[in-house]
Amino acid sequence: MEPKTLFDKIWDAHIVKQVKDGPDVLYIDRHFIHEVTSPVAFLGLKNRGMKVYSPKNTIATPDHNVPTINQHLPIKEELSRVQVDALKANCAANGIELYGLDHKYHGIVHIIGPELGITQPGMTIVCGDSHTSTHGAFGSIAFGIGTSEVEMVFASQCILQPKPKKMRINVEGVLQKDVTAKDIALYFISQISTSGGTGHFIEFAGSAIRSLSMEGRMTLCNMSIECGARGGMIAPDETTFEYIHGREFAPKGADWDQKLAAWKQLKSDDNAVFDAEYNFKASDIEPMITYGTNPGMGIGVNGTIPTGQGLTGSDLITFTKSLEYMGLNPGDKIKGKKIDYVFIGSCTNGRIEDFRLFANFVKGKQKAESVTAWIVPGSKKVEQQIREEGIVEILEAAGFALRQPGCSACLAMNDDKVPEGKYAVSTSNRNFEGRQGPGARTMLASPLMVAAAAITGVVSDPRDI
Amino acid sequence: MAIEKFQKLVSSVVPLPIENVDTDQIIPARFLKAVERKGFGDNLFRDWRYKKDGSPNPDFVMNNARFSGKILVAGKNFGSGSSREHAAWAVYDAGFRVVVSSFFADIFKSNVLNNGLLPVQVSDQFLAEIFATVEADPKAQFEVDLIGQTIVNLKTNSTENFEINAYKKECLLNGYDDIDYLISLKAEIAAFKKA
Repeated sequence: MEPKTLFDKIWDAHIVKQVKDGPDVLYIDRHFIHEVTSPVAFLGLKNRGMKVYSPKNTIATPDHNVPTINQHLPIKEELSRVQVDALKANCAANGIELYGLDHKYHGIVHIIGPELGITQPGMTIVCGDSHTSTHGAFGSIAFGIGTSEVEMVFASQCILQPKPKKMRINVEGVLQKDVTAKDIALYFISQISTSGGTGHFIEFAGSAIRSLSMEGRMTLCNMSIECGARGGMIAPDETTFEYIHGREFAPKGADWDQKLAAWKQLKSDDNAVFDAEYNFKASDIEPMITYGTNPGMGIGVNGTIPTGQGLTGSDLITFTKSLEYMGLNPGDKIKGKKIDYVFIGSCTNGRIEDFRLFANFVKGKQKAESVTAWIVPGSKKVEQQIREEGIVEILEAAGFALRQPGCSACLAMNDDKVPEGKYAVSTSNRNFEGRQGPGARTMLASPLMVAAAAITGVVSDPRDI
Repeated sequence: MAIEKFQKLVSSVVPLPIENVDTDQIIPARFLKAVERKGFGDNLFRDWRYKKDGSPNPDFVMNNARFSGKILVAGKNFGSGSSREHAAWAVYDAGFRVVVSSFFADIFKSNVLNNGLLPVQVSDQFLAEIFATVEADPKAQFEVDLIGQTIVNLKTNSTENFEINAYKKECLLNGYDDIDYLISLKAEIAAFKKA
């Protein structure tokens, strides 16, 4: 038999039909939905006189535009409230369970799937959100889709999709102290560019990847799409199985044994061929931070902002426009740059491990007075853990206040907006113009880098403090 | 629930020679709060197109009366970032039927195809020539022919072929909808599920 990649094995097992000269009809195991990209799909379905085909495999939660304070009160902003209410009504009409704001399982869609054990190896998972790639950390094929495609899955539990090419990214060796999965992500994207993965699905491999916790793997797979890839995945191993075991919707008893045996087979064959392959050394990776307006514009914290020398034409126009927006000078050091806001949270870094890391760093220190901080857990469960583990007291003693779960300042659809011209060091995933509010200047980094900036009020290397 | 048919179009173009235009620029997140597919065109390129006070930014190409047309031409890697289909709806709703670039982000490409909007991927060289032609003559006409899979710069007569998946081509030419097709596979899907 021809050797196959992990991606091929899962994809091929889900093909219902191959359209001649066209895409595959792919069966979808789990469909996550939220309030922003689902209403038009529900409306389309209704106009066809149809209901959702497989409501029990559809999981709903409002996350994108919910407030992160006073969630017990009605949502003040009318348009946000209308979308959250529409999700509620649409779920009720179609028999879909909704983890609403008042539900103990509420949270960001890509945080709750894994933490409830809904996300499992070997599955196909989609959601009308590009960061669906997060779930690939479990050795599943997970990718973001548009609203027309959400409607396809509603109508048929299938999607029409051309098979992407395969890429493998190997990271070998031991990570330096205070270098996290987020730094691996920002590093590899800075190396292959924001479009370097387009048309591909990535498998991450190598000893540095194997050494990551599930939380770290989720961060990396979450960011995989920021190089243009359709998604990222990591073959499941003992770390994966241990994480899933015992969670609410994880298989139990004999079912667990049977699933586990199948999951253990999920890996790329030794001689499997990838369309593209990159090799990186873990020891080359420093704590990273972005200086520009796409996630590929990242450097080590001790580095200098590129000069743009050698760029011509539209490349130069784009580079110059980006630095002008950021108010940064080519050739300057990034370290020491004064910042105004910090944000820890989002589907990228809103898991318990991220808050432990942050709290461990700020413990016994004080937030810089000039810095406004938003500390936003990814889910109710994460919030609860933060309280149970005593992290909230550490945060409060250091001058930080804990908010309630949601996507928050990652895309600023709610009130958590960074004002025009202000600098935010953020654990989120995108530093696009206006992403955190009109005119906001975002610098992406790890929870540790965010903690260091919060304490010093400037871009800092956590290892110096 | 058909999509609009597309066969051939001759039009002037609106040039946007910027690279990596992400979907947050095409339509910022704060304008995604609708439960119907309506009115997104008004907010296309919102933060570039309008000043803070809401008045049109005269420096932005869509506010420049010299440029108009049903073809949007953008720098490479157009549509990166968020999967929001609102970006495709906004481009369509603003009157465009073709988007030309030398590189498209994956999800954006499938989103536009699902909405009767044709993505035409050309070489960097052909793209640079379009920008040069339009700068010299904003009314220069271009022909996009889906049947022959060609785009012609009618000013210079240079032509390039573009790729499109045969299935998607058929859908666009005839206005077919993916969802109708999937619904027709009901029996096969049920059989797969059972297996």
